Amino acid sequence: MPAKVVTAAPGTEEQLVQVGLVRSVFRRVEIGALIGAVAVWLLFAAVAPGNWLSVTGVARILDPASTLGIMAIAVALLMIGGEFDLSTGVMTGTTGLIAGLLSTRLGWNLWPAMFVALVIALGIGYVNGLMVTRTGLPSFIVTLATFFVLRGANVGITRLVTEQVYVGGIDKTQGFDLARLVFNTGIDVFGVEFRSSIIWWVVIAVLASWVLLRTKYGSWIFAVGGDANAARNLGVPATRVKIALFMTTAAAGWLVGMMNIARLRSAVASQGIGQEFVYIIAATIGGCLLTGGYGSVIGASIGAIIFGMAQVGIVFAGWDTDWFYSFLGVMLLAAVLVNNYTRRRAQEISLAAAKARTEG
Amino acid sequence: MATRQPLLEVRNVSKMFGSVLALSNVSAQFYAGEVTCLLGDNGAGKSTLIKILSGVYQPTEGDYLFEGKKVLLNSPREALALGIATVYQDLSLIPLMSVWRNFFLGAEPEKRLGPIKGYDIDFAKRTVREVLGHMGIFIRDPDQPVGTMSGGERQSIAISRAIYFGAKVLILDEPTAALGVKQAGMVLHHIVRAKQRGLAVIFITHNPNHAWPVGDHFIILRRGRVLGDYRREELTQADLMNLMAGGEDLIKLQQELEALLKQPLEAVGEPAHVQEAVGAG
Repeated sequence: MPAKVVTAAPGTEEQLVQVGLVRSVFRRVEIGALIGAVAVWLLFAAVAPGNWLSVTGVARILDPASTLGIMAIAVALLMIGGEFDLSTGVMTGTTGLIAGLLSTRLGWNLWPAMFVALVIALGIGYVNGLMVTRTGLPSFIVTLATFFVLRGANVGITRLVTEQVYVGGIDKTQGFDLARLVFNTGIDVFGVEFRSSIIWWVVIAVLASWVLLRTKYGSWIFAVGGDANAARNLGVPATRVKIALFMTTAAAGWLVGMMNIARLRSAVASQGIGQEFVYIIAATIGGCLLTGGYGSVIGASIGAIIFGMAQVGIVFAGWDTDWFYSFLGVMLLAAVLVNNYTRRRAQEISLAAAKARTEG
Repeated sequence: MATRQPLLEVRNVSKMFGSVLALSNVSAQFYAGEVTCLLGDNGAGKSTLIKILSGVYQPTEGDYLFEGKKVLLNSPREALALGIATVYQDLSLIPLMSVWRNFFLGAEPEKRLGPIKGYDIDFAKRTVREVLGHMGIFIRDPDQPVGTMSGGERQSIAISRAIYFGAKVLILDEPTAALGVKQAGMVLHHIVRAKQRGLAVIFITHNPNHAWPVGDHFIILRRGRVLGDYRREELTQADLMNLMAGGEDLIKLQQELEALLKQPLEAVGEPAHVQEAVGAG
């Protein structure tokens, strides 16, 4: 095969290099989230510098960001794979209740109880994935149904067994101390307590990002979200990939559920309701497209940090916390607009370059 | 010449969809190192035939032979495993994914990192740059999403991917349909290159101007049947144009249109809304 090199016209080289640099900056999936994070940080640094710029401030921000971040990472992977899961929030409640009921009412050691909760969570995730891939119905609807079923069952079963809507006394079960140590303990750094869930979050973010960007499975996730049929034609096991992603969000729900009961020593039947949208918001702020095939795990984590900053910053600034969700809504809109702009900008530059190559 | 064994052959193939006969008693041979152009108007049965060739459909009747042996293909995957690659109009490329991820999708190169395996990204990027470079496409940035590339470039990527993964038969479904002259020329170049490498190229088109410069062998389909099967030396470009356009049909259409022009508008009995529009104007 002769490889005759066609030399570019003089003068175009420099232009192309410049285009490449601008494009690579704009093409970062996380750019919108990063701009948003810096803006929110600066805002609260100006309004409440005393608390904000302290180690305590950082610990307070990372506390809610960690569990939210773990969920947002799993949700981001699923969204990149082209699907939604609205049963993620309520799953943190379901798993906590299962482990709590089995250990406090049947006297089980907490560890096998947690294991059973994990198996059930994975089962529900599997069923979600199976229903979506078999029926071809939108996952929004299928998992909305799962959400309602679980929400009802959480309250129904808990009340049936305990005659209350919460399961208390989990800290008196066998194995609790170890569970607390593993899932959610306080770690002293510079005299300030950081939650160990932060370590889980960072490890999961690194791992998930590696899988997404550096293994074939990551390519498959992007592909099934971008065009499931085309991916299938090329031999990607699209159905298995999607089911695995639903099981991943369920497993993340379990992990956060365990962190909650380890920390609170109890499980509440209403736990997690409404959180599913917060996870989707964090993933979206982080650059995930609602149509699938595009997004970032690191971006979703930054989205979680923005969320944590807003939650803590409003308190530090002495503002009325009632406005928290309005603030979040504005953040979401701003981030999505920035994402949209940068993506279009990157595409325009690439398109112009492609035109120049083929026509010029 | 006549004693050569075709690489791919269909014999007396028919395809029914319910009671609709989409393809009727079609026979065709495709040879290695040749470009066979499959021509026909919309609804002539081109898509049905290529879907049978690429394993998407199974024929209702007739035989499918690959390298002289009867085969039964149940899926495009099985066809691909034999070396029969199809580049569809919609390309099977994922627009939001980078060039290198697209190129190796479903056949990712891996490298060991201790007990685990990672995607060999360096190899993928290097290979894509090289392979596409041989095709005359110079990729400055393999991370560029495929959706931002031109139609000709995307066709070229899909074709070079099929060749790279060892295709023996390359089926191209209307690869030049939506392209401008320059871009179509790029695709025709790749068709000739693929032929030189010894592939049997099956080029589906309804444009005789694209078929003539590259074709060794022309099969014209009409209403689910083979209207004509010619070697290049049996035809002139004018013959091909005429066959494609439908010959007598075209002359008849021309006469009809001329007659129509001579009639005043009112006499034809236009639909009410058209009359209104004319009246309002």
